[in-house]
Amino acid sequence: MARAAVPGRLTGRLVWRIARLVENRTETPTARTVVFDVPGWPGHLPGQHVDVRLTAEDGYSTQRSYSIAAPADGETLELTVQRVDDGEVSPYLTDGLSIGDPVELRGPVGGWFVWRPDDPRPVLLIAGGAGIVPLMAMIRARRAAGVQVPFRLIYSVRTPDDRYYTAPLRRLERVGDGLDVAYVYTRTAPENWSRPLGRIGADDITAHGWPPDFEPLCFVCGPTGFVETVASILIDLGHDPGAIKTERFGPTGG
Amino acid sequence: MGIVSPGFRGRRRAERPNLPPGQYLTEDFPVLSAGPTPRIPLAEWEFVITTESGQAHRWSWSQLQELASETFTVDIHCVTKWSKLGTTWEGVSLDTLMRDVETAAEFALAYSYGGYTTNLPLEDLLDGKAWIAYRYDGDELAPEHGGPARLLVPHLYFWKSAKWVRGVQLLLGDEPGFWETLGYHDYGDPWREQRYQGD
Amino acid sequence: MADQYEDGNALAGPLREVFAVDVTTAVGQCASCGTTAPVANLRVYSRAPGWVGRCPACDEVVLRYVRGPAAAWLDIRGAVSLRFPLTPDGG
Repeated sequence: MARAAVPGRLTGRLVWRIARLVENRTETPTARTVVFDVPGWPGHLPGQHVDVRLTAEDGYSTQRSYSIAAPADGETLELTVQRVDDGEVSPYLTDGLSIGDPVELRGPVGGWFVWRPDDPRPVLLIAGGAGIVPLMAMIRARRAAGVQVPFRLIYSVRTPDDRYYTAPLRRLERVGDGLDVAYVYTRTAPENWSRPLGRIGADDITAHGWPPDFEPLCFVCGPTGFVETVASILIDLGHDPGAIKTERFGPTGG
Repeated sequence: MGIVSPGFRGRRRAERPNLPPGQYLTEDFPVLSAGPTPRIPLAEWEFVITTESGQAHRWSWSQLQELASETFTVDIHCVTKWSKLGTTWEGVSLDTLMRDVETAAEFALAYSYGGYTTNLPLEDLLDGKAWIAYRYDGDELAPEHGGPARLLVPHLYFWKSAKWVRGVQLLLGDEPGFWETLGYHDYGDPWREQRYQGD
Repeated sequence: MADQYEDGNALAGPLREVFAVDVTTAVGQCASCGTTAPVANLRVYSRAPGWVGRCPACDEVVLRYVRGPAAAWLDIRGAVSLRFPLTPDGG
């Protein structure tokens, strides 16, 4: 029996909670999935994010937002963090945290960029780099909920080594329940790759997306420039702007 | 204070005795902005001081360049807690620009290309305390740091040093600017930690 | 250097300290140009003494938010109105 998705509440008291690292997994040489135990976690919807706050011994503190990488699962929360060169927070999360160490986090937040498993519309997911994280939560939530709404993912990365979730995505695609995954490589591609290297364009979206008359719900996530380019293409292809949801990570990261 | 995450250090910084309270030293030069970077062609750029009676004193870019400038080194303190010591600038002192301005005003509202504003007492622009700065660290002031020219008032928190400055309106009464209308202090002395209204 | 902004999704956490509901799904009308857009689509400048959300069409300020130690300040004069959906699909 499919595990029922825990519905995330979009209202209710929002507090800073203490989360402790229980596991970490390498996604790429510079990205890690960090898994936290968060007592009292109220659950969340796929696509939502958390604010993470770190405090140093001298009281200095700073915050960043990270998308949740997996659907609600009790008090366990997964984030995938890209280590940014010279970043202030990301290197600590990817390499500085030991099992049992605490961080503070606030969430779940974000009601716009969410997918609900009871939505019958086909879904087009377009990810640029680290933008795959919230979309992966949606893909995993779809599987967990046992729904078969058609999902197509177009995932743009610089090189094959930059892909997150390679094995899980392959497994999920092989289930054969209506998930299709297409990659776009901008700098280096696997051997014998037929698509020329380069940024995502209308041809890629036409080839691997849904036609506008299918009226899909589109989620686009990644750096600001990527998201705005892709959203423009979708509108030019005839998709309803009201059915396009975007989340820009901004150029800062860190 | 939040719980400490062991080993988290944050940006390379240190508290040093000659920093204002609550500040951390930075080696880089963070870019903070409330909006898109304006791009002003120098042929169209002007700086205007307008008195309380509406009398305007204007300088084009070339006129500004003809005025006596100073090169000076100051410490800067941002309300977001970073401080940068020993920054070197070149610019025209407000004393030079205000020399022929007749006014009874006690307050000033600096305004920028792009719409930013900030208020401060007029006396805090005078007596060697403020400049219209157009070079930083030996180079032309970069747009993301306020170029072609910014106001520089280093004895106050750096939000008073309006980037992309366009003019100063002299006023009989104080008028809060962009951040001051949203809770930030009308004066902003870092040494008295005047970050927010009421501090 | 490209302008450094993200979008209104970044406001979800901060504004949940002052609103009991998620604000990013509220649709605002820009007081400057009349464009309507969800708060999630604002151009948000967060590297500043506060948060500034600008209209994605005309770049004018729609909302501003400062979180001080004891109080939060919100200015929404840049929006004619905010329309909050009260059901999940009440968009």
